[in-house]
Parts: sequence; C-alpha cells; structure tokens
Amino acid sequence: MSVNDTAAALPAANGGALPIGGGLPSNLLLRLSAAALLWFAASGVTALWPDAADAQEWERTGEFASLLVVAAGLLVLAALLAAAIRPAPRSRLEAAIASLSASVPWLIALALGVTGWEILTAKLNLLPRPFFVPPQALLEVYLDDWPRLLDCFAASLRLLVTGYAVGSILGVVTGVAIGWSRAVGYWVHPVLRLIGPLPATAWLPIAFFAFPTSWSASVFLIALASGVPVTVLTWSGVAGVNSAYYDIARTLGASPRFLVLKVAVPAAMPHVFVGLFMGLGASFAVLVVAEMLGVKSGVGWYLQWAQGWAAYGNMYAALLVMALLCSGLVTLLFRVRDRLLAWQKGMLKW
Amino acid sequence: MVALENTDTAGITAGMTIDVQAVSHSFELHGAPLPVLDGVELRVEPGELVALLGPSGCGKSTLLRLVAGLEPPSQGRILADGRPIAGPDPSRVVVFQDPTLYPWRTVRDNVALGLEARGLLRSQGHRIDKALALVGLTGFEKAYPHQLSGGMAQRAALARALVNDPRLLILDEPLGKLDSLTRLAMQSELVELWRSSGFTGLLVTHDIEEALFMATRVIVFSGRPARIKADLPIDRPYPRHRGDPVLTELRHRILELLGLAETW
Repeated sequence: MSVNDTAAALPAANGGALPIGGGLPSNLLLRLSAAALLWFAASGVTALWPDAADAQEWERTGEFASLLVVAAGLLVLAALLAAAIRPAPRSRLEAAIASLSASVPWLIALALGVTGWEILTAKLNLLPRPFFVPPQALLEVYLDDWPRLLDCFAASLRLLVTGYAVGSILGVVTGVAIGWSRAVGYWVHPVLRLIGPLPATAWLPIAFFAFPTSWSASVFLIALASGVPVTVLTWSGVAGVNSAYYDIARTLGASPRFLVLKVAVPAAMPHVFVGLFMGLGASFAVLVVAEMLGVKSGVGWYLQWAQGWAAYGNMYAALLVMALLCSGLVTLLFRVRDRLLAWQKGMLKW
Repeated sequence: MVALENTDTAGITAGMTIDVQAVSHSFELHGAPLPVLDGVELRVEPGELVALLGPSGCGKSTLLRLVAGLEPPSQGRILADGRPIAGPDPSRVVVFQDPTLYPWRTVRDNVALGLEARGLLRSQGHRIDKALALVGLTGFEKAYPHQLSGGMAQRAALARALVNDPRLLILDEPLGKLDSLTRLAMQSELVELWRSSGFTGLLVTHDIEEALFMATRVIVFSGRPARIKADLPIDRPYPRHRGDPVLTELRHRILELLGLAETW
C-alpha cells in the first residue's frame, strides 16, 4: 500500500514548509502535522497489523484504511495551504483555518480513539463478540446496506417532521389560546394538568388500535409528546408578557387580533423556543419507541431488526445515523431561533 | 401631519380639550376598595401643557390612565372634545416612564407600531423618518432597544407617540429614569416639540422644577386619595430660564403646598 510512502514523505514536506507560515498561529503547522501523523498511524495500524487469528475476517479493512489516509492527507493539505497562503485578516479563509486550528485536539483524540477501537476489536479481539465490532464493520454497513439505511432515514425524518409540526403548531395555538382567553383556560387547563405529565408512550397500546394505521398512530404520539411542552411554555410566555406592552399598543389603536399576533406571540417567542426544544427531545424518544413497536420502517425499526439478526455492526451504524438526525434537527432549530430571536441579549449558542 | 411638516407654524394643529368631571376612582386591594382619586375636576384647554404634581403614589398616574382610556373611572366622567372617553384612541397617546419599546423590533419598527396597528403603514410610512428626525434618532433605525441608552430609548418612545400626530400627548413621568443632564436637555426638547406641534399636553412629574420649566399650568394634588390642592397658572414666556425669580417663588409655594416648606 501507499500508506507507508506518504507517511514517510510527511516530515520532509513539513520541514520545508515550516519557515513560510509567518502570519499564522505560530504552532499551527506543528499541530496540524501532529494530527495528520496520528491519522496516518491509525491507517497504518488498520491496514498493516494482521487481524486476530481467532476473529472473523472483516471485509472492508482496506477501504477503511484508505479513508483514514484520505483524512490524514486532507490535514496535510490544510497544513500546507495554511503555510503557503497568507489569508487576509478577518477573511473567511482565516476564520476557517482558525476553526480548524481550534479543533486540532479533537482531531488528535479521534485518531487515538479510532486506533484504540481498531486494536481492541479487530487486532486483538479483546472485547466480547458479537457485541463489539471494529470501525470497518460500520463502513461495511454504509457501503453495502446504504439503500435500506437511506430509506429508513427518510421514513424516520418524514414521520418525525410530520408529528412534530402537527404537535408544535397545535401547541402554539393552544398555548396562546389558554394564555389569552379565560374561557379556553378554564376548560383546557385541567385537561392539560391531567394529561400533560403522562408520557406519550403510555398511549401506545390505545393509539395502535384507535388509529387506522400505525403511521398515523405514531404521528399522534409524536405530536402529543412535542405538543405538551410547547403548549405549556407558550402559555407561560403569553401569561408573562409585560402588560405595559398591551397598554402601548392599545393607546396606538391596536385591535385584539394585533395584540395577539404582533404583541403576545412575539413577546412569548423566547419561551416558545424553550418549549420547541423540549418537545423535540420528547419527540425523538417517542419516534424510536413507535418505530420499534409498530411502524415497519425507520431507523428505530432498523435498530430492532439489526438486533434481531445479531447484526451489531448495522446497529451501531444505525445509531450513528440516528444521532446525526437528532443532532441535525436540534442544530436546525437553534439556527432558526438564532435568526428569529437575534434581538435577545446573551443567548445560549448551540 | 401638519405638525411635523411645518414646525415653525406654532399652534395650528388643534389640541384636544379634556374635561375631567367629578372623577373618583378606587382599586380593589385584598377585597377592600382603595380610593385613589377623590372628586377631581379639571379642564384642560387646547394647546395647554398641564403638569400634575403630587406626592408619590397619590393617583396622578391613575388619572392619566383614565384619560388615555385604558380604564373607565369608578365615578364621574371624562370628556375629550365634549365626547365621553370610551376607550383608548390614537389621538390620545401615552409616553410612560419606562420606554417599553418592544425588544424584538428595531427602533424603526417600534416607531411604526401605531401606523401598523391602524393599517396606515403603506400610505403614511414616510412619517416614521420624520418622527425619528424630530427626536434626533436618524441613523439608529436598525438598532434594537437593548443597544440604546436610556435617553435614546425614551426618544424612540416619544417618536413612537408623535408619529401618530396625537392631539393629546400624555406624559407619565417620561424623564423620571434619565440621568439629570439628559433630563435637562430633554425638558427643553419636549417644550420645543410641544410649542411647534400644538398638541395638548398632560405631564405627570415628581420634579417641581421640571413642572415649572415646562408647563403652562401646574396642578398640585394631595396625598392618596388625590384631590386637587392648587391650580397655578405659570404665566412666563418660553423659552424659560431655570434661574427665573418668578419660577423660584412659585417653587417655594409649591413646596409649602406639599408640606415641605421647612426644606426651603
């Protein structure tokens, strides 16, 4: 393999490039090279150390090692670019290099972690099988089973987004109505108090026979799980609006409709977003449970299915997909919030 | 918007007449009525700037809320241009002690509030820039309230009121929370605005000097429940001077009325 050659060439390239990088963080080159070196090492361990004799043969070891080499190569490239190009101060390129520099400790830790994982599983077979698999087993799943995983990902996303959208919209409307109207509050508040604390999953047995399809039952459960916190927080936000805001608007000729849509709702927005965040977390939990127990698709179903076949590589691969899905949605929610609530001071950054 | 466009034609816009007739008002406090206004009779002529002075918590601000139409009086009635006040109306605009700008709106959008609420934003939007220029906030249109100093926020609140071309401007201790230098500067600015626009003004303040510097009449209230103790015309020309001996003498009298003569 070419791994060795590239690794050997690295120190020379490094040494030649070092004096050029004048205007950058002084040890950036060193830090990036160290990270690159460790990724090369991880690749070398994967490719050159023979797998444990008593373990099974892992099919995608070569591909995984190549992937690690690519990662290491990109780091080398970044180091050389950073040294060769002098980015303008405050430019995008400078910002990108700065963030890369800040993530060097993580890059190093990841390389060490992958190497350790590789050694403990494929190389020494120290961890109980079949529960622990080497990283190339995950790569194998992504390379061979990606159509099914993609299907499951899309199914989960569709179910989650549908249920969450229904729950959030109903939650905001109900919350505003309770906060605004005494009559609505009188009737809805006791129901909310009784039903709200009940975990949505407790409705599972009823939901699956009360709804025509398990998909619609799952939408209901996710909507319920996300709707309750959104309702409560919206209500609390509307109830807490400074009454002087209403006085101002009323003296300026505002209609009740204006007071609700242009005063109460925007003033309650910071609370609403806390509710949306909590609701999103609750909806993830219900999604997985619903997919494991009723719906015959989605990442939750895939997890269950993989476990049934003792295909632990598939399970880890699906878990990673699930984590990316959840984390991606939370990030998206925070992005939307950052944009809508830019007027707030001292916001938590996700 | 005659007032904002021709700032040199003083007193052309018709100010509003306010007639407070035998108004008493009380709040519920722990189930018992708490009287705050007791038989208040007050007539404010168009274009007057009347200051209401009195001990803290005597009910002056309550009177302003009644005139604004935010609450109906328990007894008596208040007429605006001869018609009983039934609720809030954009011809009677309030500026509160706190600027209470909407934190989620930029300065410009805050000033636009009244026009937007009445659906006039498209046809009358040009007034916003004029109102901002009038209070000296040109260039801060895109700032959010948390980026403004106290004085600038109160100017924005003033612009938000003036953009509606009010015929009665109700000022509830508008300068009460500002530092003293900003406060003195804004007293002069408010007087200028009032003189050039011709609206009727009702000003609640705790500051005797402020009342004497700005108002055409000073009404002195007793402690709660508030009754009118004295109605003093301040017949001095504008711009006034803080060292004016006539104002100093009036100040002494008001202190006496408020029971603070021994501090003179």
